[in-house]
Amino acid sequence: MSEDILEKTNRANKIKKEVDSVTVRFAGDSGDGMQITGSQFTDTTAIFGNDLGTLPDFPAEIRAPAGTLYGVSGFQLQFSNKDIFTPGDEADVLIAMNPAALKVNLKDLKKGGIIIANVDSFEKKNLELAGYASNPLEDQTLEGYYVYKVNITKSTLEILKDLPLGTKTANKCKNFYALGLMYWLFDRPMDITLGWIKEKFAKTPELVEANTRALNAGYNFGETAEMFGERYEVKPAKLPEGTYRNIMGNEALSIGLICAAQSSGLKMFLGSYPITPASDILHNLSRQKKYGVITFQAEDEIAAITSAIGASFAGALGVTTTSGPGMALKTEAIGLAVMTELPLVIVNIQRGGPSTGLPTKTEQADLLQAVYGRNGECPVAVIAAATPADCFDMAYEAVRLAIKFMTPVILLSDGYLANGSEPWKVRHYNELPKINVKFRTEPEGFAPYLRDENLARPWAKPGTPGLEHRIGGIEKQNITGNVNYEPENHELMVKLRAQKVKNIENDIPDLEIEGEKSGKLLVLGWGSTYGSITAAIENQVAKGNKVSHAHLRYLNPLPKNTENVLRSFEKVLIPEMNLGQLSKIIKTEFLIDVVQLNKVKGSPFKAKEIEAKIEEILKG
Amino acid sequence: METTKSNTDITDKVIYTAKDFASDQDIRWCPGCGDYSILAQVQRTLPSLGISKEKLVFIAGIGCSSRFPYYMSTYGFHTIHGRATAIASGVKIANPDLSVWITAGDGDLMSIGGNHFMHLLRRNLDVNLLMFNNRIYGLTKGQYSPTSEKNKITKSSPIGSPDYPFNPTSLALGANGTFIARSMDRDPKHLQEMISRAAKHHGTSFLEVLQNCNIYNDGAFFLYTEKETKEDNVVYLENGKPLIYGKNKDKGIKLDGFKPVVVDLNDGVHSANDLLIHDETSRELAFILSSFVEHPELPMPVGVFLEIPRNTYEETIAEQFEHVYDKNGKGDIDELLKGKSTWEIK
Repeated sequence: MSEDILEKTNRANKIKKEVDSVTVRFAGDSGDGMQITGSQFTDTTAIFGNDLGTLPDFPAEIRAPAGTLYGVSGFQLQFSNKDIFTPGDEADVLIAMNPAALKVNLKDLKKGGIIIANVDSFEKKNLELAGYASNPLEDQTLEGYYVYKVNITKSTLEILKDLPLGTKTANKCKNFYALGLMYWLFDRPMDITLGWIKEKFAKTPELVEANTRALNAGYNFGETAEMFGERYEVKPAKLPEGTYRNIMGNEALSIGLICAAQSSGLKMFLGSYPITPASDILHNLSRQKKYGVITFQAEDEIAAITSAIGASFAGALGVTTTSGPGMALKTEAIGLAVMTELPLVIVNIQRGGPSTGLPTKTEQADLLQAVYGRNGECPVAVIAAATPADCFDMAYEAVRLAIKFMTPVILLSDGYLANGSEPWKVRHYNELPKINVKFRTEPEGFAPYLRDENLARPWAKPGTPGLEHRIGGIEKQNITGNVNYEPENHELMVKLRAQKVKNIENDIPDLEIEGEKSGKLLVLGWGSTYGSITAAIENQVAKGNKVSHAHLRYLNPLPKNTENVLRSFEKVLIPEMNLGQLSKIIKTEFLIDVVQLNKVKGSPFKAKEIEAKIEEILKG
Repeated sequence: METTKSNTDITDKVIYTAKDFASDQDIRWCPGCGDYSILAQVQRTLPSLGISKEKLVFIAGIGCSSRFPYYMSTYGFHTIHGRATAIASGVKIANPDLSVWITAGDGDLMSIGGNHFMHLLRRNLDVNLLMFNNRIYGLTKGQYSPTSEKNKITKSSPIGSPDYPFNPTSLALGANGTFIARSMDRDPKHLQEMISRAAKHHGTSFLEVLQNCNIYNDGAFFLYTEKETKEDNVVYLENGKPLIYGKNKDKGIKLDGFKPVVVDLNDGVHSANDLLIHDETSRELAFILSSFVEHPELPMPVGVFLEIPRNTYEETIAEQFEHVYDKNGKGDIDELLKGKSTWEIK
């Protein structure tokens, strides 16, 4: 390192400011590589040892027209030196690659926050597309913010001009320039991204060179430009000892399924049809043949689930993954799995609905569909993951319950969990609870609808001599499984199927209360609201307010102590990303009144939104 | 991987009779239904195939014929409308050792299950698909089906069906099927032979069986099945042989350009040498044969239209697994849990 640079580095280091948490949002055109930039910053930050939460937010269009408001793609993450639960309510720093990105994201920037704008893109056409009458970097629009105008495009093109790249390709490297600048600003190591660039573009050395140069140039700009008054340092978080990795929800879910299949000794068969935001599970699992996973990309959602049912009948672990519209199509087949009492895992990565709705945005509005949405009395176990990493545990749990109770299990996740990520203390396979499978092999005394102590029927797979039997969607006689239309038998079978699913309550943990065990207010959540509720309650408790939190991971059946927990508090607040679906279930199950807090805007709750409601209730 | 030998070929020498494949359930089809014959011919054919009983799985959707699995003493799955083919795909992929049979009606397979039908054929899983074509919806009591002729008067088409029908064999050809055949409920011997050929084919076998519904569409195929008219209206396809038919074996089919025409073998002009020679391996010829039903002057072809070799879906999957295991070995699950990069907190 030359003396000159060393001197500058020292100078920069001298004005490093230590902060506890920072929220950064990268925003640009959907073709600007913002998701890559965000996930690189995330990986680097995770390995650096901060706790973090992420929120990718992108349009449904693959490459929306450049410069438009609806084509803006964003990636927000919060990183901290302590345990955190959300991607942050408001950004401290916004990287705006064009005027549209500024326009769309300014409302989510903290007052007094930092804007780093790619000044080169703030020209007439882009300003018009974003609906700015004059340049916000030059008028009063951004008063009260710290605005840094950086020639991200020009500098990137300049540094690459001697490489044999077209302008279009060179222009695509500008996200790494922005990333390099952020690495400097937050004092992050560069090696992880440099390694990633090498691997990613291994087949095109000129792109390795170009992106490496852009990244370094951005970093060096921060160091030499003397534009920034200070750098920020976020020290590693004090998490419990162990080996950690960063993990996204869909990845955690995929790994959970594989581990469960391995533990049970079953071959996993995934029947799936591409649908946002569930497709990544299909992609992940299709890459895992070395773990014996079979993936079948079916011709439609119905074939996806029915092929999985067929696989379960044949003695494999049938799994199907989808999102809301796909769930609607699978409905009849779920009924078949209920009727034939076969194990099956159905994963719904919820998105904004109804119909096509908001494919890339998050929502929790498929709860009632999961619990009730079928013809006939058709009970299905329903469970839900609370955080990206929790998708691992709940996927494992879905498999365990499906096999033990010979029943379909619906696992609910959502777009926020699917694409969001957090550090995860790596599990060891040997520490996972063993999943036992008992295939029936003994012909003596066999009948297809005999039941064990949990009311589960025997799993007798084709190929087993002496156990030849027929199952089907038409009502079956108790025990023998013969077609039967008798009224008494039908009522008995309806009740047996309901009781079997109800029996799951004896096999799941109690609902836990975080905080005081009784008192004035309980916030009851389910699914991906866990982070926002936890953050909100932490803030409220710090303010001296008394409020507790309970989070449902089992929605059908509910944990046995649910009613007791709810009755230990004067009031129950249920925040949900729907119009009150869990509220409806709680009210009908227990005749307990609840306070609703509902949001259906395609984005998760901000902690402050929940806090405002808590304060309102506590005041009243 | 060996492509000519099925996993379900004879492994053990088990001796069965037709009775061994009958379940203890009362058969509830209408007396006189063509389904009885199809059930009987399947049960009579199975012993000659030498497949262990526990390896047989019969899968059906919804419809009269879809009750078929209940009447077999093998493994069986009576599923939901149109989805038997998709469920069977899962069964076969999960356990390629099983001998998987699908029984479906024309409504079940061509209408609500049309999508899965096409995809099963193109994937070429090694399963047997028997379509009971009675050109009517029986179980729902007499509405027109996708194979009903245009203008047909039914309960749901009081002034005639406006739909133009599917030609099932053409559809199967278009979906790149590798075995396509036709037979009739009232020709037991031929039906047994076709069931046997279908079972032995390595890949998806599509066998259309013309079946009489004596309640809602009685006599739909009498022209082809009844003694008085059959011989003059049906041509039996035999590989390598000319297309000759008629009571006195005096009619033949020759090609006039692309157009099949009937010729009189006694007219002193034509002989067997002029006639179309059947070739089961020709997809082009199969399309021409398949079009016969759309021309009333031509006889109804029965027999094997097409049988061609192609790797099955499950073989390709097995090859992919072998390739992955050869290259990387079986996966270490703790590596999967760790992912690409980790960090330590001490």
